[in-house]
Formats: sequence, C-alpha cells, structure tokens
Amino acid sequence: MTALKTPAPAPTRGRPDPQPPRRVGFSQRLGRWDVKFSPYLYISPFFILFALVGAFPLVYTAYVSVHEWNLLGGQGEFVGLQNFTDVLGQAVFWKSVANTFSIFILSAGPQLALAITIAALLDQNLRAATFWRMGVLVPYVVAPVAVSMIFGRMFADQYGLVNAVLGGIGLDAVGWHSDRFASHVAIATIVNFRWTGYNALILLAAMQAVPRELYEAAVIDGAGRLRQFFSVTVPQIRATMVFVVITATIGGMQIFDEVRMYDAQGLGGPSRNWMTTVLYLYDVAWGNQKNFGRAAAVAWLLFLLIVCIGLINFFLTTRIATSDGERPASRRRTKELIARAQAASQARAAGADAAHRAEPAEPADPSPPDPGPDRPGSQTTPGGDR
Amino acid sequence: MSSVPVTAQTAGKAAARAAARRQERLGRHDRPNRTGRAARAASRRPGWVTYALLALALAISIFPLYYTLVLGSSTQQEISQRAIPQWLPDLSLFDRFATVISATQINFWKALTNSMIISVTASLSVVLFSTLAGFAFAKLRFAWRRGLLVFVIATMAVPTQLGVIPLYILMTDLDWVGKLQAVIVPAMLCPFGVFWMTQYLSSALPYELVEAARVDGASMFRTFRSIALPAALPAAAMLFLFWFVMQWTMFFWPSIVLNSQNPTLPLVVQSLQGQYFTDHSLVMAGIFLVTFPLLVIFAIVGKQLVAGIMTGAVKG
Repeated sequence: MTALKTPAPAPTRGRPDPQPPRRVGFSQRLGRWDVKFSPYLYISPFFILFALVGAFPLVYTAYVSVHEWNLLGGQGEFVGLQNFTDVLGQAVFWKSVANTFSIFILSAGPQLALAITIAALLDQNLRAATFWRMGVLVPYVVAPVAVSMIFGRMFADQYGLVNAVLGGIGLDAVGWHSDRFASHVAIATIVNFRWTGYNALILLAAMQAVPRELYEAAVIDGAGRLRQFFSVTVPQIRATMVFVVITATIGGMQIFDEVRMYDAQGLGGPSRNWMTTVLYLYDVAWGNQKNFGRAAAVAWLLFLLIVCIGLINFFLTTRIATSDGERPASRRRTKELIARAQAASQARAAGADAAHRAEPAEPADPSPPDPGPDRPGSQTTPGGDR
Repeated sequence: MSSVPVTAQTAGKAAARAAARRQERLGRHDRPNRTGRAARAASRRPGWVTYALLALALAISIFPLYYTLVLGSSTQQEISQRAIPQWLPDLSLFDRFATVISATQINFWKALTNSMIISVTASLSVVLFSTLAGFAFAKLRFAWRRGLLVFVIATMAVPTQLGVIPLYILMTDLDWVGKLQAVIVPAMLCPFGVFWMTQYLSSALPYELVEAARVDGASMFRTFRSIALPAALPAAAMLFLFWFVMQWTMFFWPSIVLNSQNPTLPLVVQSLQGQYFTDHSLVMAGIFLVTFPLLVIFAIVGKQLVAGIMTGAVKG
C-alpha cells in the first residue's frame, strides 16, 4: 500500500533544492504509519477469521438455541428455554453423555500408560531412531473414519478377527456390537490406536529434555532402570503428561468419527449403545429430527460440560504442578532436610533415647509430596503468581 | 562414611543399628557393581528386548492396513467363513482397486483432488496468517500486544466445532453448501499456529536483524518478507505438515457441508460403506486406496512431521 503512495512528491523533480525537506517529511510520515499500523494489519487476518468462523457462530448458537428452528423451515418463533428442557428431558441425551464419559475413561488411561511405555522405549540410544518414531506415527496419518471401519470389521460379532483370536485361545466370543460395555472398549481401542503413537512422541520430547545429570545421580545412588524411570523420568515429565491428558480430554468429549463409522447405520447402534454427545448433536440437527434449535441447545450443554471438565482439570493441574517438582517445593524440602539433620544432631547430643525416637523418620524417603502442614504454603505460591 | 563401631561410640547403639541397616541396604545394590551399572547407563545401549517391544508396537501400527489388503484380496465368501482368509495379499487386489476407482458413485479422483485442494489451501493460508501474526506478536511493538496474544491463546480452548449449527446456517445463506470453500474457510482459523509462530520467532529471529532491515530503509512488509519469513521457514514447514494431515483426515465438518457428488477422501469411506456394505472386500480395498495417498506423503516427509510434533511438545 505504501509503495503506491510514494510517487506523490513527484513535483520535486523540477526544483530539487528547496523541496528535499518536505519530501523527507512525507516519507517519514509514511514510515511512521507503516510502523504504527502494520502490526494491526498483520494480526487482522486471524482476528477477522476468528470473528467470522469462531466467535460469531458460538454466540449465534445461543440465539438459535432459544428459538424454534428447523433445517428446512428456518427460523421459527422464540421459545425461551424450551429446547434446553426438551433435550434435558430426553433419555438419549443422558445416555450419550454417559457413553462419552465411558469411552473417554476407557481410552485415556490405557492410552497414557501405553504412550509412556513406548516413549520410554524410544528414549534410548536406538539404532535407526527415526524409523521407529515414524513407525509408531503411522496410525496418525490414517483417517479416523478409515481406522474405525477397519476395526469395526475386526471387532465384528461374527467372523471378526478379535473373536476368532479369542476363540483360538479358548475364550467365549464377545458381542462387540451388541454389548454396551464391549462396544465402548472397542471404540476406545480405535481412539487409542490413532493417538497413542502421537502422544508417545510428545512424551518422548519431554523425556529427552530431562537433564542427564539426574540419571547419573540416580545411578550413583544405586537406582535401577525401573527406579530411575519412576523417580526421575515420571516427575520430570509431569507437566507434559498433564498437557497430554488435557488434550485427550478435550478430544475425548468430541468423539464423532469413530462412532459414526463403527457400524453401517452410524447412529450409535440399535439402542444407541455407543452414541456420543456429538453424534447425538449431529442426529438431532441433520438426522431424523432436523431440529436446529434443539441441536444448538445440545451444543451449549456440551460446551458447558467441556468448560466444567476444563476447570476441574485446571485445579488438578495447579495442585499437581505445585505440590512437588517445582523450585519452591524443592527449596522447602531442602529446608526440611536441614531441619531434620539439625534435630538429629541435637538428638545425638542428647543421647541414645532421643536418637531412637528420631530414627524412624530417617529411613523415610524425603521425595514423596510433603504431608498436610505444608499444603497451604504450596497453595499460596500459584496464587501469588497469578 | 564412618563405620558402625564408630557410630556406636559417638551416637549410641540404636543409631549404630540404623546405620548398619542402611549400609546393608545400600551396599547390596550399590557397592559391588557400581561401575558396571554406571557404565551401562551412561552409554544406554538398549538390548534386544527393547527392539522386540518396538517391533511389536510397529506391527500393531501397520497391521490394520495390512489387514485391509488381505481382506481386499479375498472374496466375500472367504471373508464370511474365516477371519483371516489368507495370509498374503494377491493380485486380485488390483481388480478391486480398479472397481472402486471406476465406480461413478464413489468419485475417487474428484475426492483426491478435493482433498488436495482443501488441505493445501487451508494449510498455506494458516501458515501465512500465522507467520504474519506471529511476526507482529513476537517482534513488533503495538498497543494491547500482550492482551491480544492472551486472547489468541484463550481462543485455543474454545472448541470451534460447537458452533457448527450457525456455521451451517451461514454457509446456507452464502450458498456455499456442497462447495469446497465451505470447508476451506473455517479451516483457515488456527490459533495454535499463531501461538506457535510467535513462540518460534521470538527465539529464532534476533531483534538486531529486524532493526538492521529497518535502518536500511525496508518497509514493514519488506522486513517481513525478506527477514522474518526465511527465519520462520522451519517452523512454518512443520505447521504446514501438521495442518495438512489434520485437514486431510477431517471428517465431521466436511460430512455436513459436502456430499458424495463433491466429496473429500474421508467422505469416500462413507460412500463405500453405503455402496458396498455387503461386499467387505471392496470396502476394504477402497479404504486402503483412500489411505494410500497420505501414506506416500508420510513416507516422504514423515521425518519432518515427527520433528514437528516433538518440537511442538517442548514449546507448547
């Protein structure tokens, strides 16, 4: 834009002598505008897009949710909170919420455990490290719908691979599509298949950032591989673990692709055994009901649910992040150690009886999180930060 | 460390007992083989167990894809009789591929082109917008800079999918339903990208370079193009890949605004199920076809994608 305006002081060409100051002034002013407005210009695409496809729809959802609104008929009359009470009164909605939680919990735990294991395996002096890393990332580039179709076939009630294997080792066939809990396990497996390798790489990155001196110190203290892992690695990557859990939670509340493609109908099974809330939203809006008003109400309820879980996550995280592993905590621990050493030396001076009383405290490892009395102190630290 | 008898004299019998117990406990693990263990841990050479476990993980990762090939080369009868009809795929697979590709209801080539267009356009815009905004947030001074950056980060927590109903109404009003822009435009929004480029540029681009360019008389945009953009290239490439895979595999929103006449590859999976739901071998062959293009891309740039995911984790 500025380039277009620079030819403006063209008249100077004829009389060069008196004009230069003015010309400099003009280009300086242009430069100042450039400096002043460029930053806003550069960030504006993001904000315009956000207003258009992020903020506006979210707010407009509220407007739609209090109206009668149909896919074909469009906007109807104002109905207040009728849509919300309708949705809350439907058993299917509650079933979908329960399904969502069930599938999420079944997937989150094993996923984290597996991802940490794989990350620990990868966090070694491997030959062809990139090959193994790419290998565990392969499922990530397979579209969830495709994964779901393949696993839907493998988990088929009849002639399915999983049931065949179960039969091979002498177990009964499982109704992966007929039993509610079994279907949740199968869908959780689909989710885990896609995300475990991805999360393993994130955790691997965190593991590689752990200072090697800590391991050396642990080795000198006589810690074995397993002890090193639980006493050094896990506490050091705690923040990343929390990050992975939070991402998994937000994703877990919005599971759609996997359940939509798990069977041919894609509506959560004959008795909605594996219908998740997002699938319910889809069904209300574009399925049989074609009721946008109600679907908007579902969207808001789901949003509230996610916010609630986010808040719980947040409190748990600040708890975990400050209770140990942070600098204030370790400084406190150091003080405690010094205090304990002083007490011990005093006791030693006082005699055998006192030493005997102080002794049980000695073998106890100071590394577990500080007990009761120190909690309030650790709570005030993040408060000060905020 | 003092010996047990000395402790007994200076600190008493009980302390000596404790010291003896402690030494015994430590000594059993520590003393005899400290050097061996330390040496082993320092080099950290993994044994065959590690490789075996990793090979197992790898096998599980690629087994489902292999299974599609196996089922794709079997007939419907064989599939309904045995879970693993045969162990190796055979040439009949290619007949099934041909059937799926030539089926008019599937629109395979159109889906491939559409997926390409959507993923490339969305990723390029995200990279451009994110780099621009990241440059501004990281290296330029302006009012409300911190506040706006916090706002961007806050929008990361808002799941945009929850606005699907109004977004769909908007697309209907614009008459975009069934057209590619209905998928592309919402996919151009990526708060994470802005955050990421801000993080990257604030460490990778020295202020001195920006100032030098300004002193040399470069305009703001010239500074961005000649100084910031080259510096941002590694992170921009990672962001591109990340967003590309995300858009390529996306299903929820395209399944709402697009249809089987103008599909993306994940929508083809749905058409396959609708079209051949009784013929599993065709469905499975089709699924492999749908997955194959991204696998090829992954084989070429997988290393960068791995690096991107790992860098993003350390920064984010």
